[in-house]
Amino acid sequence: MRPGRHLPLVAALLLGAAAVTAHAATIQITIDNLVFAPAEVSAKVGDTIEWINKDVFAHTATARNGDFDVATPPKKTVTSVLTKAGSVEYYCRYHPNMKAVLTIAP
Amino acid sequence: MFVRLSAAIAALSLLGSTALAQGAKPTDPQIAHIAYTAGVIDINAAKQAIAKASNKDVKAFAQDMVRDHETVNKQALDLVKKLKVTPEDNDTSKTLSKQATEKLAELDKLKGAEYDKAYLANEVAYHKAVNSALETQLIPSASNAELKNLLQTGLKIFQGHQQHAEQVAAKLK
Repeated sequence: MRPGRHLPLVAALLLGAAAVTAHAATIQITIDNLVFAPAEVSAKVGDTIEWINKDVFAHTATARNGDFDVATPPKKTVTSVLTKAGSVEYYCRYHPNMKAVLTIAP
Repeated sequence: MFVRLSAAIAALSLLGSTALAQGAKPTDPQIAHIAYTAGVIDINAAKQAIAKASNKDVKAFAQDMVRDHETVNKQALDLVKKLKVTPEDNDTSKTLSKQATEKLAELDKLKGAEYDKAYLANEVAYHKAVNSALETQLIPSASNAELKNLLQTGLKIFQGHQQHAEQVAAKLK
């Protein structure tokens, strides 16, 4: 636990963050009355998704391929950063009839 | 099993047949009572499952049911209060409650994986029956726009529950 040991890691994280924020965008996806909107979104690796849950119900945004699983509590906004490219179908684990697509460019 | 499942479906369609026979639709206070009762029934079944289920996905599913149905029922209570409507007990609500009590007693006798399967099979059938009643009877009969709206949200939530129950059930096999 010597403090010096963590410095390279901290530096790497800072540099990494700086590199990402240079190009990254923030994209909003709203959940309202059990619908993800927009239903199809294009983004890039490094972009942040702002998941805005307007419902009184808890939902999730869960990638069918396992790339992400974001819990979106009722009446809350949560953010997640896209780390992997691909065309990802996602759904709500609690209400699998809620479906949408995120296309993530590298 | 099939006899009892169809009995549950018959209870929900009872409303339809009597309404058709008499040429009368259920009133908003009756619809509110039926929808609320249907929610309470599923919450009670879920509470039994939280205590009895052995599979962790089944338990998690039951917790989801409690959370969502309590939320819907809270919305319903808030709405009837706002509209100054008193939910009115009726034959459909009574039949539903009676059959639900019988079903709970029957499920209570089962254990382990047998219980888990039976609970989920009942959840699939029950949500199917409720959704069909909502679609064909309760939503078309509701006259207040806000009540209709809440029932429509309920329908989407419960269709989600039906699919969720089917998915968890498929994983058990």
